[in-house]
Amino acid sequence: MIQLVEPYTEEKIRALKMGDMVHVSGMVYTGRDAVHKFLHEGGKPPVDLTNQMIYHCGPVVIKEKGKWVVKAAGPTTSIREEPYQGHIIEKFNLRAVIGKGGMGAKTLEACRKVGCVYLHAIGGAAQVLAECVTAVEGVYLEEFGSPEAIWAFRVKDFPAVVTMDSHGNSLHAAVLEQSKERLKQLV
Amino acid sequence: MRNLRANLLELVRRTSAELPDDVVQTIARYAKQEQEGSNAQYAMNIIVKNIDMAKLKSAPLCQDTGSILFFVRSPKGFDQLAFEKAAAEAVAEATAKGYLRQNSVDSVTGKNTGNNLGPGSPSIHFHQQRGTRADVRLILKGGGCENVGAQYSLPDTRINANRELEGVRKAILDAVLQAQGKGCGPGILGVCIGGDRATGYLHSKEQLLRTMDDVNPNPTLAALEKDIVVSANKLGIGPMGFGGAATLLGCKIGALNRLPASYFVSISYMCWAYRRQGFVLNDSGKIVEWLY
Repeated sequence: MIQLVEPYTEEKIRALKMGDMVHVSGMVYTGRDAVHKFLHEGGKPPVDLTNQMIYHCGPVVIKEKGKWVVKAAGPTTSIREEPYQGHIIEKFNLRAVIGKGGMGAKTLEACRKVGCVYLHAIGGAAQVLAECVTAVEGVYLEEFGSPEAIWAFRVKDFPAVVTMDSHGNSLHAAVLEQSKERLKQLV
Repeated sequence: MRNLRANLLELVRRTSAELPDDVVQTIARYAKQEQEGSNAQYAMNIIVKNIDMAKLKSAPLCQDTGSILFFVRSPKGFDQLAFEKAAAEAVAEATAKGYLRQNSVDSVTGKNTGNNLGPGSPSIHFHQQRGTRADVRLILKGGGCENVGAQYSLPDTRINANRELEGVRKAILDAVLQAQGKGCGPGILGVCIGGDRATGYLHSKEQLLRTMDDVNPNPTLAALEKDIVVSANKLGIGPMGFGGAATLLGCKIGALNRLPASYFVSISYMCWAYRRQGFVLNDSGKIVEWLY
């Protein structure tokens, strides 16, 4: 288990390899379809995303006694952001994109260029991951609706698997090739 | 119907926060098959931990509480309009309480309605049945897995699938291949052979009302269901697409008659967070049985 603790430096990120299991501790910023389109089209981010991690997540967050409480915080499917992700990684020097289901060649190339990884969180593990959020430090772009806003989460020991590293390796590409070959034997 | 809103609120809560026993047991069984120290085992362990936590905290298993699909078998004289009203109120309250995410977006304006209500949400299908009882079932089906469902029109030259059972098999396995890990596997398939594009998809979702260990009364389909699970697991896609033993937990196949000109295979992919629950109400609206 590799502890990936803020600050997220290029050195720490380049040391990660496809298949590594990590625990992230530090800030992550949620962003999904609306945020990616907004940033891609030149929207100015309301927070400084330099060297930060974007988490593809539409959480359930409820206000209880005046404080934000995270009720559920598992990942959403990342591939929808593929048209935008590579450009956003390069523009803001992101150190990781957290999501599920993997991303494509453009994102993989941006990861290689900048020193960024794709961290695959466990899809549907909304409670395990909600427990990893120790604080909600802000919410931005709420006009996009709660699941589509940027939620600033401080996390501790957030579990994920490096499925795309900063050296051009993608577990998703490997599993796809393998499963395609195996299907040929079955039909 | 007394207490209908409260009963439906409890149905929503339970469906969102607790996996039915048959699914929990199936997941536990498959978790043991993953290699020690593998990414697949890591994923399955976190899934199992999440199932326990959600039940304990009465909180959503997955933050994508999905489409809200009610299936109601109601007796003669049942007030469907009253049911729709009670369901809408229960859904809005469940959303305020955090059992459901704010999941309903106006497709024209892009605005989230904030309470899960809007055209088509919640979705309620009524069928009349004999007797005095009402059978009310709920499936919460997330968007991630919904997006990897597929509908094939046979013959399909891309996958060399003709209008026969082997063609159906090729279509289903192709859907699993294309889905990879994006549907949060290990998944469960609901399939319909036949129907039109609408009834085919609906019937494929109704297959998800079946239990994990039931046996299809049609022996041809029963054999195909078993084969699909074995074959899909040979693809080695594994939990979350990490590579591993568990790609599919189950496959349920139904059939509807079709037009001579059409041959659809409709596949609904359900994620591991297979949220289905239901109850039977007697004629005074009391819950006499929970169904899963």
